[in-house]
Amino acid sequence: MIERIIIAGSGGQGVMLLGKVLAQGAMLEGKQVTWFPAYGPEVRGGTSHCMVTISDTEIGSPYIAKADVLIILNNPSLEKFKSRLKNKGLLIFDSSLGLIKPSKLMEIIQFPFTEIALKLGNIKVANMVALGSYLSARQVIKPAHILEVFQFLAPAGNLKILEINRAALEEGERL
Amino acid sequence: MGKIKILISGNEAIAQGAIQAGCNFYAGYPITPQNELIAYMAKNLTQAKGVFIQAESELAAISMVYGASAAGARAMTSSSSPGISLKQEGISYLAGAKLPAVIVNIMRGGPGLGNIAPAQSDYFQATRGGGHGDYQTLVLAPGSVQEAYDLTQTSFDLADKYRLPVMILGDGILGQMMEPVTLSARKIKVLPLKSWALTGCRGRKPNIVKSFFLREGDLEKFNLELQKNYALIRRQEERYEALYLKDAKIILVAYGSMARIAKSALMQLRGLGKKIGLIRPISLWPFPQKPFQLKNKKIKFLVVEMSYGQMLDDVRLAVCGRQKVEFLGRSGGGVLNEEEIIKKVRELVSS
Repeated sequence: MIERIIIAGSGGQGVMLLGKVLAQGAMLEGKQVTWFPAYGPEVRGGTSHCMVTISDTEIGSPYIAKADVLIILNNPSLEKFKSRLKNKGLLIFDSSLGLIKPSKLMEIIQFPFTEIALKLGNIKVANMVALGSYLSARQVIKPAHILEVFQFLAPAGNLKILEINRAALEEGERL
Repeated sequence: MGKIKILISGNEAIAQGAIQAGCNFYAGYPITPQNELIAYMAKNLTQAKGVFIQAESELAAISMVYGASAAGARAMTSSSSPGISLKQEGISYLAGAKLPAVIVNIMRGGPGLGNIAPAQSDYFQATRGGGHGDYQTLVLAPGSVQEAYDLTQTSFDLADKYRLPVMILGDGILGQMMEPVTLSARKIKVLPLKSWALTGCRGRKPNIVKSFFLREGDLEKFNLELQKNYALIRRQEERYEALYLKDAKIILVAYGSMARIAKSALMQLRGLGKKIGLIRPISLWPFPQKPFQLKNKKIKFLVVEMSYGQMLDDVRLAVCGRQKVEFLGRSGGGVLNEEEIIKKVRELVSS
């Protein structure tokens, strides 16, 4: 098993964190994993992305030319990365700003992650709703391992943050 | 500390490895793509009761390392390509004063200010001394975040053992990438005794640390002493990984991040029944000679680098004309992928 995932969105949407949480979850799952960020000069309103490779065996390049999965949180990122998805690959898209048309070239899962996060009470957890959606679509990593990562990453004693992230993840899985 | 596995970037792993190896002095100046290293040191070295200094320049940082090392500290600095060029004067002085130090170069595109993309184009600079004078630095090239953590610890030991600067040569991929690392329980509390260090001479003869030998014959004598040390290192410190050399018809040669990509190309080709091998030099100086001593004249070597052919020279020297040595490289931000390597291998098979 090898899964190459590109996660992209606008700076501030938490795409780096989404990738890190996913990568740590993969580590807890006992997989080999690499996380590789875009570390160039980025501009406000532009795109930010990271690449996560999860595998049962040793991983060569952490750089992803063709992805099995795209998790895309804004339109500029979709433009930038849609050509990088493999034929019949999976696109997970935040449709808060509009739906995309179905395509024979890819499997599309689209939900308004940002709107869902707003309803939950914190726009910042849109990324975790998207992650939840990925977890249920692919089942590479058990949600329990992601919850463990939340516990590890959340500031000590801040149960509120832990709770809303958990709610976001579960909401994403249900979609 | 028991066996703990954490997800960490190459830059942070090097810093963590250094702290556990007893590094108690770090000076550096920020530059992409190694900033996480200096940031990790700023936060964690001070907590480990070490001294952290963000210097006013690269030149100042390497000179501070010189001073700290002369006083007996386990001293370290890090930078990326253009910054490492600035440090060359200091590295030559460290070598000339027989001072141990660890210098990390997380390479980016060059020449000049270049760009911030990963590259391996400082191989010549790292393995040929870099600064002026007849000197070498021991150069280690980790291929994973785990190895970056492990080799950083080793490099402090080697620097002290042979009294010379040791360079960790990585690139933007290795520095930025996060991977799981199993932390060791190692924690050096008492540094090795350095009888030559400037520790205050009450009750003993004063020590002198310098790289200046004006009296006739003195410098030649000193240089011969250095050469003897380098010969010893050549004999004892070759490090490499070799895969499938027994039946290989084409042997890929790559180091660092490039070796990972070469290895995945190799596994794909092996899966198709192609007889491909791999040599991954881990010590770039001394360059491993042993794995290249192969009798079969029909073998071809394919050197793969993120440069236009630098390690290539060392492979040619090691092969010494016995077999054909071919080359594939991209640089200036271009990173070869598995497919490009496989395509080149197929060309070689059919030629």
